[in-house]
Amino acid sequence: MNPLRLVRARPGAPFTVTFDNREIQALPGQSLAAALWSSGVTAWRTTRGAERARGVFCGIGVCFDCLVTVDGRPDQRACLVPAAPGAVVRSQAGTGHDE
Amino acid sequence: MSERRPLLAVIGAGPAGLAATVAAAARGVRVMLIDSAAEAGGQFYRQPARGLGARRPEALHHQWRTWERLRAGLDTHVDAGRVTHLSDRHVWCVERESGALVVHALLGPRQTESAAVRADAVLLATGAYEKVLPFPGWTLPGVVTAGGAQALLKGGLSLPGRTAVVAGTGPLLLPVATGLAAAGAQVVALVESAGPKGLARGARAGAAAPAKLAEGAAFAARLAYRRIPVMTRHAVLEAHGVERLESVTVAALDADGRPVPGSQRRLSCDTLAVGHGLLPHTDLADGLGCRLDGPGVWVDAEQRTDVPGVWAAGETTGVGGATLSLAEGHIAGRSAAARLTGRIPDPDGWAPAARTRDRLRAFFTALDAAYAAQPVRWAEQVTAETVVCRCEEVSAGAVRESVDALGAGDLRTVKLLTRAGMGWCQGRMCEPGVAGVAGCALTPARRLLARPVPLGVLADAPTDPPATP
Ligand SMILES: Cc1cc2nc3c(=O)[nH]c(=O)nc-3n(C[C@H](O)[C@H](O)[C@H](O)COP(=O)(O)OP(=O)(O)OC[C@H]3O[C@@H](n4cnc5c(N)ncnc54)[C@H](O)[C@@H]3O)c2cc1C
Ligand code: FES
Repeated sequence: MNPLRLVRARPGAPFTVTFDNREIQALPGQSLAAALWSSGVTAWRTTRGAERARGVFCGIGVCFDCLVTVDGRPDQRACLVPAAPGAVVRSQAGTGHDE
Repeated sequence: MSERRPLLAVIGAGPAGLAATVAAAARGVRVMLIDSAAEAGGQFYRQPARGLGARRPEALHHQWRTWERLRAGLDTHVDAGRVTHLSDRHVWCVERESGALVVHALLGPRQTESAAVRADAVLLATGAYEKVLPFPGWTLPGVVTAGGAQALLKGGLSLPGRTAVVAGTGPLLLPVATGLAAAGAQVVALVESAGPKGLARGARAGAAAPAKLAEGAAFAARLAYRRIPVMTRHAVLEAHGVERLESVTVAALDADGRPVPGSQRRLSCDTLAVGHGLLPHTDLADGLGCRLDGPGVWVDAEQRTDVPGVWAAGETTGVGGATLSLAEGHIAGRSAAARLTGRIPDPDGWAPAARTRDRLRAFFTALDAAYAAQPVRWAEQVTAETVVCRCEEVSAGAVRESVDALGAGDLRTVKLLTRAGMGWCQGRMCEPGVAGVAGCALTPARRLLARPVPLGVLADAPTDPPATP
């Protein structure tokens, strides 16, 4: 069983977003966090201090652990931002402002 | 639609906000239902995104009938022009302005533009978020909140990981464990720090039907059916991994809440869904100057806050599950509609909802007491290197030093000395953890803004008389 089969999903056409130059498949309506998790990516940020890996934590926009750079804009919460066809997603180092 | 009909702004489209919207719209007021999500439903009735084309979304839910009724009610009122549903609106502040209440919201996923709505009254139904107490390894990718795992699954049909441990305490762990298992994850264990009695009570609360004892048995049956091993009076002591989670150490707890020597076990897993209860979202109420009652917003028997024109319902007033939220929302919606149309509300009209509310509030108070009676000395397990404030990367050692060497005696001083709670999340995630490690009382910080607001938005805001300092 997988979640799509469980709810008998007939998703719209899948599309790709690029994540650190590799292609990741997403389904329409999925948040970036859901698309990344579905592709087995669990970390997409390193912290400002100890440069530790972080990904999604609260899943609902409260904790800010899931920050990511989307189309050149840093500090986007991957759990809130819907995946859009062709989006260029890059993992974020620190505040994302010193690149 | 008559323009003179009063307008009620309901913030939050979860069970409480939906029940309130339907009740108020049926009684002669216009309702503006505002929510940050793309779809109505809140946490409990979170739906797979439309584009995912789920033909059987109910497979991930319980109490689906109630949702269908709410949804139909909402649609009817929207079609009739009595309700406007504004989705993708993140409310960052509500302020009073010459008799009206002005709701400020950031628009869409980008959240760089703000729009304001004027209303005659406001009903806060912003729900709750998860409390997680720190332990070594809790910042590793692969460790998520139990509700977060549920949100990824229900909303994105994305399964966090293949092999999961669900741990912590409280009723929410049950639907999360059974949901992950139903969707195909191998749930290695459900680790609950309360004893077996606490879990049984939690099961009943999770099913939100304490009147029907059978509901508790239903969750137990689902756990058994999915072959989920349940470890009561156990806790996760540490999460292990380098770049991501690989395993957790669990141990049995003794009567004092300390790990029983020799009971440690390693469980391999790629996901840890962890939660220690929920905390009400009170920022908007705070900004309006509403009195708090413990962690939630204080309300009277009609669900009115102590600020005129402001009602509150659901978990923003205290955590107690979806059924309680529905009852409170219903009462709040009826009360607001009556008061806004110049009538004195008649409590007889909502007597069944009031009975449900009183019974469930009493039940959850007893449940909290039952859990509190079983101590867990979690702070003793937090090593000096453990990060307690995730945003600012403040270690437990630094927090302890601020108390022991620098004399901090309250959360505010700890924050000023260590920066714990000053980061992006404004202390929402770390407050209980920092308080526990510092050994001081949990006094929720007042947050003036419910959402981070771009400076440009603040700069563009009208320069009317500023709110009280
Ligand atoms: C992540 C999570 C998952 C949960 N999953 C389950 C579950 O599967 N089963 C279960 O029994 N219980 C679950 N719960 C418990 C749940 O909180 C309650 O059962 C129930 O949903 C509470 O209803 P409510 O109407 O008070 O709040 P909610 O359902 O939380 O609804 C609040 C709504 O307000 C919106 N909101 C909040 N702040 C703002 C703002 N500033 N601006 C605009 N909108 C805002 C939110 O987007 C949300 O839609 C979960 C809780 C959490 C935190
Ligand atoms: S995971 Fe917490 S904000 Fe996105």
